[in-house]
Amino acid sequence: MLIKRAQRQNAQFARGGSALATPAEHGQGFDRRTFLRRSGLAAGGLAALSTLPLDAVRKADAAVVAGPLTSGATVRKSVCTHCSVGCTVTAEVLNGVWIGQEPSWDSPINRGSHCAKGASVRELVHDGRRLRYPMKLVDGQWTRVSWETAIDEIGDKLMQVRETSGGDSVYWLGSAKMTNEGSYLFRKLGAFWGTNNTDHQARICHSTTVTGVANTWGYGAMTNSFNDIRNSKTQIIMGGNPAEAHPVSLQHLLEGAELNRANVVVIDPRMTRTAAHATEYVRLRPGTDIPVLYGMMWHILKNGWEDKEFIRQRVYGFNDLRKEVEKWTPEEVERVSGVPGAQLERVAKLFATEKPATLIWCMGQTQHTVGTANVRASCIALLMTGNVGKSGTGANIFRGHDNVQGATDVGLDIVTLPFYYGLAEGAWRHWSRVWEVEYDYLLSRFDNKKLMETPGIPLTRWFDAVILPKADVAQKDNVKAVFVQGHASNSITRIPESLKGLKALELLVIADPHPTTWASLAVQSGRKDGVYLLPVATQFECKGSRVASNRSLQWGEQIVKPVFESKDDLEIIYLIAKKFGFADKMFKNIKVEDNLPVAEDILREINRGSWSTGYCGQSPERLKAHMKNQHKFDLVTMRAPKDDPEVGGDYYGLPWPCWGSPEVKHPGTPLLYNTNLTVMDGGGSFRPRFGLEREETLPDGSTRMVSLLADGSYPKGSAIRDGYPEFTLASLKKLGWDKDLTEAEMATINSINPDKPDTVSWSLDLSGGIQRVALMHGCVPYGNGKARMNAFGLPDPIPVHREPIYSPRVDLVAQYPTLPDAKQFRLPNIGFSVQKAAVEKGIAKQFPLILSSGRLVEYEGGGEETRSNPWLAELQQDMFIEINVADAAERGIRDGGWVWVTGAENNSKAKMKALVTERVGKGVAWMPFHFGGWYAGVDLRGNYPKGTDPIVLGESANTITSYGYDPATGMQEPKVTLCQIVAA
Amino acid sequence: MARMKFLCDADRCIECNACVTACKNENEVPWGINRRRVVTINDGKPGERSVSMACMHCTDAPCAAVCPVDCFYTTEDGVVLHSKDLCIGCGYCFYACPFGAPQYPKIGNFGSRGKMDKCTFCAGGPEADGSREEYEKYGANRLAEGKLPLCAEMCSTKSLLAGDGEVIAEIYKERVTRRGYGSGAWGWQTAYRESITS
Repeated sequence: MLIKRAQRQNAQFARGGSALATPAEHGQGFDRRTFLRRSGLAAGGLAALSTLPLDAVRKADAAVVAGPLTSGATVRKSVCTHCSVGCTVTAEVLNGVWIGQEPSWDSPINRGSHCAKGASVRELVHDGRRLRYPMKLVDGQWTRVSWETAIDEIGDKLMQVRETSGGDSVYWLGSAKMTNEGSYLFRKLGAFWGTNNTDHQARICHSTTVTGVANTWGYGAMTNSFNDIRNSKTQIIMGGNPAEAHPVSLQHLLEGAELNRANVVVIDPRMTRTAAHATEYVRLRPGTDIPVLYGMMWHILKNGWEDKEFIRQRVYGFNDLRKEVEKWTPEEVERVSGVPGAQLERVAKLFATEKPATLIWCMGQTQHTVGTANVRASCIALLMTGNVGKSGTGANIFRGHDNVQGATDVGLDIVTLPFYYGLAEGAWRHWSRVWEVEYDYLLSRFDNKKLMETPGIPLTRWFDAVILPKADVAQKDNVKAVFVQGHASNSITRIPESLKGLKALELLVIADPHPTTWASLAVQSGRKDGVYLLPVATQFECKGSRVASNRSLQWGEQIVKPVFESKDDLEIIYLIAKKFGFADKMFKNIKVEDNLPVAEDILREINRGSWSTGYCGQSPERLKAHMKNQHKFDLVTMRAPKDDPEVGGDYYGLPWPCWGSPEVKHPGTPLLYNTNLTVMDGGGSFRPRFGLEREETLPDGSTRMVSLLADGSYPKGSAIRDGYPEFTLASLKKLGWDKDLTEAEMATINSINPDKPDTVSWSLDLSGGIQRVALMHGCVPYGNGKARMNAFGLPDPIPVHREPIYSPRVDLVAQYPTLPDAKQFRLPNIGFSVQKAAVEKGIAKQFPLILSSGRLVEYEGGGEETRSNPWLAELQQDMFIEINVADAAERGIRDGGWVWVTGAENNSKAKMKALVTERVGKGVAWMPFHFGGWYAGVDLRGNYPKGTDPIVLGESANTITSYGYDPATGMQEPKVTLCQIVAA
Repeated sequence: MARMKFLCDADRCIECNACVTACKNENEVPWGINRRRVVTINDGKPGERSVSMACMHCTDAPCAAVCPVDCFYTTEDGVVLHSKDLCIGCGYCFYACPFGAPQYPKIGNFGSRGKMDKCTFCAGGPEADGSREEYEKYGANRLAEGKLPLCAEMCSTKSLLAGDGEVIAEIYKERVTRRGYGSGAWGWQTAYRESITS
């Protein structure tokens, strides 16, 4: 197809004067990267020449350089760090310099494609605005220090805080940017330090998804994959804008829709760029997802479109649900959400009858005080229509960061140890066995056993934990020090309050490639000292595994060595542990080379302990083989041919659960809960986690005991043709399958619980024997249960609509109030009081516009990294707020003009430009959340260390956002608050 | 002989700007110069559509027709290139171009224009293929390496196609037939005096 351009022999142009043709011609000085590229070329060119065969020399000589500029470069592959799609990044490296990016054609996920961010990641590494060396704030001035001094002083101060206030007074805020190995070590550091106050971005993106989905059917993750959406006949995207947040996923969505002539329905308060490609767009009032979903279900039940057989076999709590759905008549749904009944009936019919149908969501559903309930309602809609566990169906939850799924799985979280084992004594004992450290040692690190087993403080409320009265914080003392490694501060709501927290801290350590808004706001808060900046390498300078949204693990190579004085995440964690004196224990089974823990060893330790989630089969060797053989995996099934010698029969990235030890060669699970395949082929069932039977109320009011195990449904080839509980040694004995265990496996099982070996389960058995035997018989190690429409144990077992804390619909608050005030995650949640006060004070009159927030394609997260990248920054140079044409006209606001936005709390205000548009409905305003570096109209550029300020600064959306926390997870509420906008 | 063309399938374009940053990355295009950009019509309204635009490498290119120093030339692949050594930055080509492709760096204090810069279809310029001089003046020469322009190669949804005009027209026609709609190959009538009908 492509014909190489013919060699032009001495074209009609003279070559004279080429010395002038430097970048200076572009009106620029000597471009830094041209310099880099050129310096690479000089040496590489020579090297290339010396290796040319003799007959080629003359030709090379004639053409100046025979090949392209990049000849002699090595190609290295890693994974894009800007969202969870998992695009492979192909880098050309010459003399240690990353000189070019090429399309990654072999990746079944991105097939060469990128978005604006992915196509510009090379800049992140050589970014001149990176933090170059450790610094500390001395008398208000940023001052360079050595790594040794920084680690020493930080360590001493943290140990002093520990001495006076206890281990829980240090908040360890990690990152979804870290590899699995990094985030796992960060969690392990928290465990050895003695606190559960270890959190990361999942708290503010999909914590509600993880909790809601896991409580429904077992695991908190996307059930299918981006690629599998190619099989859908109906795609509903509710509360997500993947065209901007996950652009490469649109390749699969749009191509799938074209091939199947599928229905694409977008349900969102904004007519997003995704909605521009939909076949139907439904506009709802922000915060009314549950009424809209129930409105759909009302039509489904009324018309008998539900999947009765699926519900009978695989669902618990349908009758309880039906009662709630019946309340949501089309009239009530329209009154609350604004969505007309006829439109919802149409959408409901597509979803229930044009199958397979998938429901895709993102932060539009999760970032709410009712986030967990929203997500649950979505799962229920899928269950009702039988749209789970088959290809083309599923809860396709698009996660945010590149490794947010992985960091969640490895337990960088306040509620659990790695891999969802929880915090109970049994979980600690399990990990003490994996880590080969005494349980009593770990216990001794905590203030007491109760705190060791109590969930920590969510990152959304770190500043509340600093500034609330000591008596309100259910641990030994307030939080006194924050160690943040790779997390923005401006992505957390209530910035005016967080300033008070920043001022009150004794120590703030910011480990990041950039100083971030933590630094600029800390200075703004009035701090003069007690702040350290540690330069961390980007993930392109580190190696390790990352988990894409579809649960595939991908091994990224180190593209170049850490630049400037940056260090790998793993090395920083090691240096801190060494300073604390527990490095020997913490790294007992992990080789450390020149202070850098070996990533492969960490993954092997993960493999040895992660039976509960099926991270046990993804050895570094298997993952590396997948990256090497990317081209062998099918675009739609993501499977490699069975006869391939290296990756035969595997699904790309061994999507978890990948059961058993690596030797078992489980291929991974591309679709969760799929009974159409054998377990050894990636099949599965819903996970019974909540008992074996339970009382259910029938429509007539009578009760009966119903089983929570599946009824007549089982994965293909299963030896047990019905539901069953999780496997333990006892259950193997009952089945007579214990004979299949080897002696070595038996010995390990006996050593885990010498008194009661029968209780050792599939998730605690470090030999993997119980899993191996279950698989041998075609059974799922965790059992075969029903999914729960009624998730007893959650604050609202059946999702209930609750108005946002700051609702414009004061008339609905009494009928649909938020949950009563309560103590959650060591802190009071006073949402109910705040909501009540807002109504009483008439806040909705003063601040009549709903304010929501979301993403832009050019930036990511808090945005300091992407706003420092000139290729991206040039495309979005101003913070703005979208305001409807009618609202703008009422206020005399013109498109592109400056406005003041004021918020409902703390007299908050922010200055930005107005984007007058019909994209948002009347009464709704919307801001991107990636900006920072301005506060209340003041430019904070001078607060950054010289030369590290991002190119583009702007007001943060979260200066205006307000109180509101999901009771089940501590999720913040950045999607619905109230504001007023006036022309500036 | 291949006749290189661009084709943007506006029904696929999601305005992700990958083409824009891929171009910057590959050609080290400085701030303020945009060889490629994405234009959105009906922004935020029903019927919103985006299209990625750059030099279309026209047949009988109007820029070449108006150039007072005759700095333009068309390669055997149909790619319209120019010589920065000859260009005097007069700006005539900018007025002639139906796509607004030519870009000029500002030099000096009085807004005077530097030498014109535009999309080269990742095919460099008059200097020797792959030479340092070529790279410094025009950016990458992917065509000489047997590769296509990076903007199209990295397009998130395979909306932007680059390559032999006949081949990409065929790909587009197949798409339109399969999905049942297509708003036409944007700009083709203007650039190539042809349209694609399936």
